[in-house]
Amino acid sequence: MPLKRSWNPLLWAGFATALLAFLSYFLFFYRFPATRDVPWVNLLLFLVSAVLLVAGLKRAFGDPERYRGKISGIVLGVLSVAVFGLFWFSTYYFTRQLPSSAEAPRVGQRAPDFALADANGKTVALSDMLKGNRAVLLIFYRGYW
Amino acid sequence: MEIAAISVDSSEESRKLGESQGYTYTFLSDPKAEVIHRYGVAHAGAGEGGRDIARPAEFLVDAQGTVRWVNLTKDYRIRARPEAVLKAVESILPALPGS
Repeated sequence: MPLKRSWNPLLWAGFATALLAFLSYFLFFYRFPATRDVPWVNLLLFLVSAVLLVAGLKRAFGDPERYRGKISGIVLGVLSVAVFGLFWFSTYYFTRQLPSSAEAPRVGQRAPDFALADANGKTVALSDMLKGNRAVLLIFYRGYW
Repeated sequence: MEIAAISVDSSEESRKLGESQGYTYTFLSDPKAEVIHRYGVAHAGAGEGGRDIARPAEFLVDAQGTVRWVNLTKDYRIRARPEAVLKAVESILPALPGS
């Protein structure tokens, strides 16, 4: 007697976990250095996603009489791998496309003097800031353009 | 000890950013990226419309004008943590009787 094959929630849970792993980095975990520099929470979530998907696929292919999900499982699996690929690209490839900056002054060298306008349009020179025996921390940043 | 943040943003944009975030350090505007190039920290073509901008970089300069600490991140997701900067500042403090 053919039973009605049951839904395979592991596959959907696996895909949902992959989406959560991706989005939670940019929406939340990115804010804290401890979870930003090495995105371990998100990588762990991707691992959970993979375990769920593999378990779901095993059911779908191993016990097709009882479980659905042969086609949806493959589709969700491929989508999850794509989400992981995008995550890897954004966090481990894209943000590392920086010049080597071999010409930058090194420790022990003189910091080149310069004069630039501050936020009020007033010209400020490095030599001015160093006056009065003060150290200066120069922070170069990308800007908001 | 003085902190100066340098980017290609205009004075006006920096003023807005400083006001909205409550930053009190000095923003310096280098719209043509001249100083950014002089410091060897340009990221060619990475800005809007392919203009050169600064890559993230930090230099600690002592009162004599000598570079004492440099941080050039390899990944712009990962910036110097405040503790690392403070440690670098502390390491040069003996040479800074005025600070």
